Amino acid sequence: MTTMTRESSFPELPDPDAVRNSMGGIDSPEIDNTSDDPRQRAPLVTGDNDFASVTEKVTQLALFPIKKTPKAWWVAFAAALFLLALLKFTIVYLLVTGTGIWGNNTPVSWGFPIVNFVFWVGIGHAGTLISAILFLFRQNWRTSINRFAEAMTIFAVMCAGLFPALHVGRAWFAYWLFPIPNQMAMWPQMRSPLLWDVFAVSTYATVSILFWYVGMIPDLATLRDRATSKTSQVLYGIFSLGWNGSSRHWVRFERAYLLLAAIATPLVLSVHSVVSFDFAVAQLPGWHTTIFPPYFVAGAVFGGFAMVITLAVPARQFFGLKEIITMRHLENMAKVMLATGLIVSYAYATEFFVAWYSGHHYEQFVFMNRPMGSLKWAFWTMFLCNVCGPQFMWFKALRNNLWVLMFSAMCVNVGMWFERFVITVTSLHRDFLPSSWATFVPTKIDYLMLLGSFGLFFTMFLLFLRFLPAVAMAEVKSVLPQAHPHHHGDDHSSSHGDGHDGGTKDGEAH
Amino acid sequence: MDVTIQGSSQKFVFPAWINYLLPLVLILGAGGAVYVPSLVGYALNPTTLNVGYAPVQPVPFSHALHAGRLGMDCRYCHTTVESAGFAAIPPTQTCMNCHSTIHNDKVTLAPVRDSHATGKPMEWKKIHDLGDYSYFNHSAHINKGVGCVTCHGRVDTMDVVRQAKNLSMSWCIECHRNPEQHLRPRDQITNMTWDAQVDAGQPQLALGLDLKKKYGVHDAAYMTSCSRCHR
Repeated sequence: MTTMTRESSFPELPDPDAVRNSMGGIDSPEIDNTSDDPRQRAPLVTGDNDFASVTEKVTQLALFPIKKTPKAWWVAFAAALFLLALLKFTIVYLLVTGTGIWGNNTPVSWGFPIVNFVFWVGIGHAGTLISAILFLFRQNWRTSINRFAEAMTIFAVMCAGLFPALHVGRAWFAYWLFPIPNQMAMWPQMRSPLLWDVFAVSTYATVSILFWYVGMIPDLATLRDRATSKTSQVLYGIFSLGWNGSSRHWVRFERAYLLLAAIATPLVLSVHSVVSFDFAVAQLPGWHTTIFPPYFVAGAVFGGFAMVITLAVPARQFFGLKEIITMRHLENMAKVMLATGLIVSYAYATEFFVAWYSGHHYEQFVFMNRPMGSLKWAFWTMFLCNVCGPQFMWFKALRNNLWVLMFSAMCVNVGMWFERFVITVTSLHRDFLPSSWATFVPTKIDYLMLLGSFGLFFTMFLLFLRFLPAVAMAEVKSVLPQAHPHHHGDDHSSSHGDGHDGGTKDGEAH
Repeated sequence: MDVTIQGSSQKFVFPAWINYLLPLVLILGAGGAVYVPSLVGYALNPTTLNVGYAPVQPVPFSHALHAGRLGMDCRYCHTTVESAGFAAIPPTQTCMNCHSTIHNDKVTLAPVRDSHATGKPMEWKKIHDLGDYSYFNHSAHINKGVGCVTCHGRVDTMDVVRQAKNLSMSWCIECHRNPEQHLRPRDQITNMTWDAQVDAGQPQLALGLDLKKKYGVHDAAYMTSCSRCHR
């Protein structure tokens, strides 16, 4: 067992050595936690881990002195910053020059900006699903991944919010989207789904940030207690809001967290439903369909889980979180990705069927135009990535191969972007009147801006990994075997990891 | 195995004086949430910014004297108001119609005489200045029964003309939504003291609705469409 340096802020705790020695030694066998053996619940944290070592592993990255930051982080951060600079350049160029630098023009007024917006908003949904719905359903495996999935949600919504704000053309008037009293006696058009979208996405951002932050408070207190520099002590101290780990704090915390989960749950369904209304309420063939809300929500969760996998695999690999974000977590996410992928494939099929079955001339044309028209390459890319890409996940050997898993996830990331491209552009560029048909050609700036938005996303994400608790330590401790000593019939005076100080209050199991 | 304590053993908790700071922060936060928007809203309000603008003109021309005491009709000088978008600032010749004989040696009128002699127009300062992005047509308003006083105030009492209304978009829109509250018979357009009840014996609303129909004023949907003013 490695020697661990830790702070003891509760002098009444039992002797840590004795506790740790009782919790399974160094030679406990490696467990394959991807199997579903009904006789034994699969462990959600592998390796020789106890309360203290979980704290150690999670906090070390946040509390590294700057000089000791892993090289991998610097390399990734430099790349992300470069892309962020690219985004900044394109935005400044856009504001100075005007929206003519984009490829979107009548009739394809919604080019890349709206495609990117829907893409990024969709990404966020996995985070909310993991943090809220899986929490309410007591899916304990969420604890290892919920924190950074929530972070991903927030950063994805930031990227998403950027695009409509720029797409309004005069970005400095973007505040007109909100019903603010003004000297023009003008109000947003309440009958427009574009306005519902403003409320849906801003509610989503607010609730996501609250949920993320509230859930982080005990872990921020852990960082506060373990921080060595005055600055980080004070900063973590302010943001942990005076948390001291008392029962009273825990009771209130857990109640608040449960309530926020309940508030966030409908958002998983509502946000992307409203985004789909942007299309479905318009009377354009290919858009005006009732299938859109569920189809969009499934697609969002699909794409979101692909992004969580994309982020989780390298993060656990490079930052020493393999035992906390285990193969079982990746396996579960792969299964969700496969399931939602099948729903999306089914929706594609249904769209074609309904187009045929409706006997609607224009609708049929649009759906023939997608796989066979001038943008068929986009449709087939989407089809290949979204329908075929996740099929590897049927097989356990492939699910558990990180390269195949990453390949499938990357397929879905690409495919979901193309799905939005196909929906947005193919319906617009061939509408009712052949005289108004046109070809959509994206410009270099379109591509650079899309690329740049990844810079914003990854910069935020890397800063999060580096300075905040990337895993919900307190929650992970609650799923450790040590947190459930009664399982082994031992006698205990208290239960549940207290979590906030890397404490070893009550563990005595195995 | 021993437990070493890393760095400072003192964990950061809020110092006691934070307890006193908290109510202050709450009060400032709540107060600021009211105060700052109110202040900004008041400071940037078009009424604050625009109303009362009264620049010094090259000649101290008094509307109170000409339109008030002398009772000259607005259209004597602003000749095109009924037939054109722009209400015509009179040429110097209009001034000289009278001032070639009346007060023809007055010092304050020297710029007018110079202008007349050289042919170089007077440089009057524009007071009611709409943004270039908004289209406004005087004749449309005059012919549909909107009086001068409705937008310009009691010019007949102003020695120095000042802006009476804020000319904000909401100010325009409110009348475009409910024009009947401001319409009057065409023959009373330049009357500065006209009142529906007193002069027409009818409530403004009843008269306004009649006139709206009579003068063919469009409905609110037409009158408030963007391109009505932003063309």
